[in-house]
Amino acid sequence: MSKLNRRDFIKISGTASAGMVMTPPLTSIWKTIFSDEEKPLLENEAKKVPTVCEVCFWNCAGWTYLDKEGNIKKIIGNDIDPHSNGRLCPRGTGGLGMYYDEDRLKKPLIRVKREDGKSEFREAEWDEALDLVATKMKEIEKKYGKESMALLFHGKTGPHFEHLFKAWGSDTMGEPAGAQCLITREAGFIATYGAGLASPEPTDVRNTDCLVLIGNHIGENMHNGHVQEVSALIDKGGTIITVDPRFSTMAAHSTKWLPIKPSTDLALLLAWMNVIINEGLYDKDYVEQYTYGFEQLKDHVQKYTPEWAESITTIPAGDIYETARLMGGASPRVIIHPGRHTAWYGDDTQRTRAIAILNAILGSWGREGGFYFPEKVKLPKEAHPPFPKPKWTWKDISRDKHKLAIMGITNELIDHALPEYKGPYKIKGMFITATNPLQSIPSQDTIRRALDNQDFVVVVDTMPAEITGYADVVLPEATYLERLDHLRTAHHRQPNIALRYPAVEPKYDTKPGWWIAREIGIRLGLHDYYEWEDFEEVLDWQLKQVGSSMEEMKKVGVKYFPRKTPMYLKPGEEYWFNTNTGKIELYSTDFEEWGYDPLPVYKDHGENPPGFLRLIYGRLPMHTFGRTLNNPNLFDLKHDPHLWVHPKVARIYGLENGQEVWLKNPKGKVSSFPIKVRVTERIRHDSVFMPHGFGNKGRIWVDGKKLEMHRAYGRGILDSEMIYNIEIDPVTGGTGLRNNFVTILTENPHKKEAKS
Amino acid sequence: MRYAMAIEVNKCVGCADCVVACQTENNVPHGYSRDWIVEIARGEYPDLYMHFESQRCNHCDDTPCVRTCPTGASHIIEGGIVKVTHDECIGCGACIEACPYDARYFHPEGYVDKCTFCDHRVADGLDPACVSVCPTTCMHFGDLDDPDSEISKLIRTRENYTLIPEAGTNPQIFYLK
Amino acid sequence: MEEKLLVTAREIHGLYPHVHIWGFPIATYLFLGGLAAGILLFATIYYIKGKEDEMPFTVKIAPLFTFIFIMIGLLLLVYDLHHKLYVWQLFTTFRIESPMSWGAWTLVGVSIFSLLWPLSYIDDIEEYLHERGWKRLDWITKFIRTLEHKCKIFRFIVLFFRKHRKKFAYILLFLSIILGIYTGILLSAFNAHPLWNNSILGPLFLTSGVSTGSAFVMWLSNNKKERTRMSVIDMALIATELFFIIHMIMGMQAGPEAFQQAAHLFLGGEFTVIFWVFFVGFGLVLPFILEAMELKGFHIPPALPAILVLIGGFLFRMIMVYAGQMSEYPL
Repeated sequence: MSKLNRRDFIKISGTASAGMVMTPPLTSIWKTIFSDEEKPLLENEAKKVPTVCEVCFWNCAGWTYLDKEGNIKKIIGNDIDPHSNGRLCPRGTGGLGMYYDEDRLKKPLIRVKREDGKSEFREAEWDEALDLVATKMKEIEKKYGKESMALLFHGKTGPHFEHLFKAWGSDTMGEPAGAQCLITREAGFIATYGAGLASPEPTDVRNTDCLVLIGNHIGENMHNGHVQEVSALIDKGGTIITVDPRFSTMAAHSTKWLPIKPSTDLALLLAWMNVIINEGLYDKDYVEQYTYGFEQLKDHVQKYTPEWAESITTIPAGDIYETARLMGGASPRVIIHPGRHTAWYGDDTQRTRAIAILNAILGSWGREGGFYFPEKVKLPKEAHPPFPKPKWTWKDISRDKHKLAIMGITNELIDHALPEYKGPYKIKGMFITATNPLQSIPSQDTIRRALDNQDFVVVVDTMPAEITGYADVVLPEATYLERLDHLRTAHHRQPNIALRYPAVEPKYDTKPGWWIAREIGIRLGLHDYYEWEDFEEVLDWQLKQVGSSMEEMKKVGVKYFPRKTPMYLKPGEEYWFNTNTGKIELYSTDFEEWGYDPLPVYKDHGENPPGFLRLIYGRLPMHTFGRTLNNPNLFDLKHDPHLWVHPKVARIYGLENGQEVWLKNPKGKVSSFPIKVRVTERIRHDSVFMPHGFGNKGRIWVDGKKLEMHRAYGRGILDSEMIYNIEIDPVTGGTGLRNNFVTILTENPHKKEAKS
Repeated sequence: MRYAMAIEVNKCVGCADCVVACQTENNVPHGYSRDWIVEIARGEYPDLYMHFESQRCNHCDDTPCVRTCPTGASHIIEGGIVKVTHDECIGCGACIEACPYDARYFHPEGYVDKCTFCDHRVADGLDPACVSVCPTTCMHFGDLDDPDSEISKLIRTRENYTLIPEAGTNPQIFYLK
Repeated sequence: MEEKLLVTAREIHGLYPHVHIWGFPIATYLFLGGLAAGILLFATIYYIKGKEDEMPFTVKIAPLFTFIFIMIGLLLLVYDLHHKLYVWQLFTTFRIESPMSWGAWTLVGVSIFSLLWPLSYIDDIEEYLHERGWKRLDWITKFIRTLEHKCKIFRFIVLFFRKHRKKFAYILLFLSIILGIYTGILLSAFNAHPLWNNSILGPLFLTSGVSTGSAFVMWLSNNKKERTRMSVIDMALIATELFFIIHMIMGMQAGPEAFQQAAHLFLGGEFTVIFWVFFVGFGLVLPFILEAMELKGFHIPPALPAILVLIGGFLFRMIMVYAGQMSEYPL
């Protein structure tokens, strides 16, 4: 007898019920009357428009899927795109929420003074708002010179306004992606190899045998291509060594986790060099042929023994030996990852130099499984008259102090905008696009004073963030799904270009960045720099110059071009590095000349002030800082940030999971909002951790109505609010933000204030 | 045909791409989700262990949800996929109570909604949305009845576990260590 | 330390922080269903045994109330549905494994018979109402009589029922047993909730339902003998319930962790006081003592123990519905 299992049984009873003749027609009649269910969009019914993601700087290429009615339904990675390999990260997948967000800036806004003296905004038409921007820019030009109008920018919309500013005659600009993020790392590598890393970093993770991550949270940062390659490395059984005071996602997936005492990373790096050099684990031929200053380095690291490092980093010397040998064993297929946000303790260029040096002695630069030589497509620039030469630029502000300030240093631009600044490079107007300095640049009070000291502030953005409240004119920009931008030409293993094409017309009364920049340019009399009407003409011309076309790009999204140079060094190949010596400078001749330590020297960064915990901030994989918190799709994924505290700390403060607490720094500054506690062993007992970008408090009034990011408002604590100690990296001007401490308040401090 | 999923927890970074991809693919309303991420951490600093699990309907072999459904709205289709016919569902909540995984919920329209293994995609030979977007490729979907399928091989060769086996549902999502 | 936590937000109503789909309506529905089953069980058994006149309230009057109870229960059930417009889908199929389906069909049957049953006792009902002094309710009997007079089909049905009352009594007895068991096993069919998932819960609900049925008779019967008889039966039922409860909790304590946690809800957890003091104390033990005292000759108002039992029965269902949903397997 055959056994009837439960599934068969259900099938039978299912058939029995279907046998009731009345049901199907009745159900379908009922359905047509009462149901308006949305069916999923099928692959063959969708219209696909190529896009390049703008939710983070990784800029993955993908397809915007539209249904028959032309509604955006989803965004899917482009299979041939090397940044995403057809798989977007959660932010890219949820990018459509940026377009659908009902809190978007919808119309141009102009600041007005109300009768009671308070100021608010009124809605305006584009012509009026743009005329006002042009008039005010001309006024600043007349009063202080064009150079006194500064541009703070970020993202793909930036280049449109860079072009506007350069055409007009101001090169006073900077982006937080520099001083607040990766400038120190770029400088460390430039000083060593004569070449920076840019984005995406040319780490050959998928071919490596050993990946070392120092304070680098792949998986918590969704640097898509790298996350994918690390995953492939796990599949392959490669070695992953993670150095982190926190048991991060990658620490959990690593072969070896070294729980380091915060601020002591350089001691570990030097001790690794000590072992690798003294045990002869370095790549001798490579070091001999390509590097300069090995003997000085060897002498220099003798005092940095693992035993010495143990006393500083709290990592057992045995583990330091073991991991150094793992790296040496894998040489040259080893990557000590440079990281990205490397502005930590004020000597960050020296630390990233140590990373660069370590990679050099292991022979990983220019080698398979190490760092490949990336290549990108050089697109011809559209013809226009040469840019006028400004009397001074961002370089004049920063280069005297910081020799490797390779990008505009935002915080120094801010300093030059303060009322107490009396020098020649005064900033009196700000044009801010796609960045929210009150979150992205530390020291909120300074920024507020600088903004208050401006004659005129323009904000171009898609969402009402904190900065919007400081603007005189707000120009609502279309989101990346509604606009055309420059082609993506990021460097990679294979040179390629990718097209972002508008999938839909701009929603509300918003406009693409290129249009806004051009309209202002025309009003400033810069017709010669805008000899086109539609930015599509520029792209089409550029594409034709490299043998493609708009038509082709709309079909493929991403197009590859052949490499012109080899991706790796050939064995024994002659190679000229772009440094003074033409070699990889283990010993930096530039640094020697400029008076910086030519070899990295360990410096102590001090201990926690008594009663305070170190504030470690980081990433959540589903958010890009504050800019995605209000995105309805990504808000759905995560909207309650947590403050990680060790059980010991929880016992001392009497904290429970889910309890709301406030933070206070040694200067007495108290967080505006509370944050929920997570008691976890994943954090050290002397530190707390929370994700960056929460604690939004942007709110403006437009014609008497409140405008804010209503979902994001007041959720969690913004670390920028608590940061009081900014340690400036002398080489670059980068802002070290990780020597900051907080204590935990269990009572609402704002209630008390209200009472007293 | 027996569809199943295998998820490698040694690779998953808990980014929740699977969750948002499901939302956009299946018009899941805001505030709801058919799949979700759980973090499991053990040990004491610095001897720690942690992994993430992307969880959803387990499309069990023994389905308490289908069993308790009074109208037959909850049913099983080809490949063992558990589905709800929205227009037969009265919204009594019996299946929600019956599911040990909290995989079902009331859609704002009133009917019960849940993971469908993206059967509309599977019918076209595609992977479910969650599997197809996963940046770490830690998720795999396929036919367990085919011994040569990738998923069959993974489950044969890798140590794995299922969720709440003690509930006796025989779940068809396997977590690979 | 071990942590298991939800990374993504999933604050779905009814699921977060734990499953909470069913509440007051379902608990009341279960209570009324059990009560109706208890009343009909007694009515049909005594009728079949030919004790129609010894137990007049039980057999002739009480079933009138069951129809009302069942209607209220059904209304609550429909009210609790989230997709109400589709409620008719319940009656397009019969799902043999679904307690809900069993319930839906049984209730239809029971409601028809519990309506027809009192219609065939219209004179007795009138008399009862007068004895009670509820003359204001005369319109009910008057209405039925007029209907019988004016509507031929109605008269035919009533007469037909009266003629075959014995046969129908057997059917109704069968249906009321199913109803009683159904309200008991409805919850225990959901093995996702360890608290519900035990074999004692069904019999316990059935016993409790029958007990509320007997309490109802004790409360409203005008016949002293009938009240005493019911009181004795109720005491036996309460004793059985207490036995089942101890047995159930001991069983859970001996089970796997999830079951131990379920038992903990009553042993130190948030339902401890309401369960032991209010349900077991005031809803079982106290009425048992009061009934025993009354048998011994103490003067106790008959309504007091009965109402305590009824409240206890309702409380028990509320506790089980709420606590059960909180008892879950870990993520």
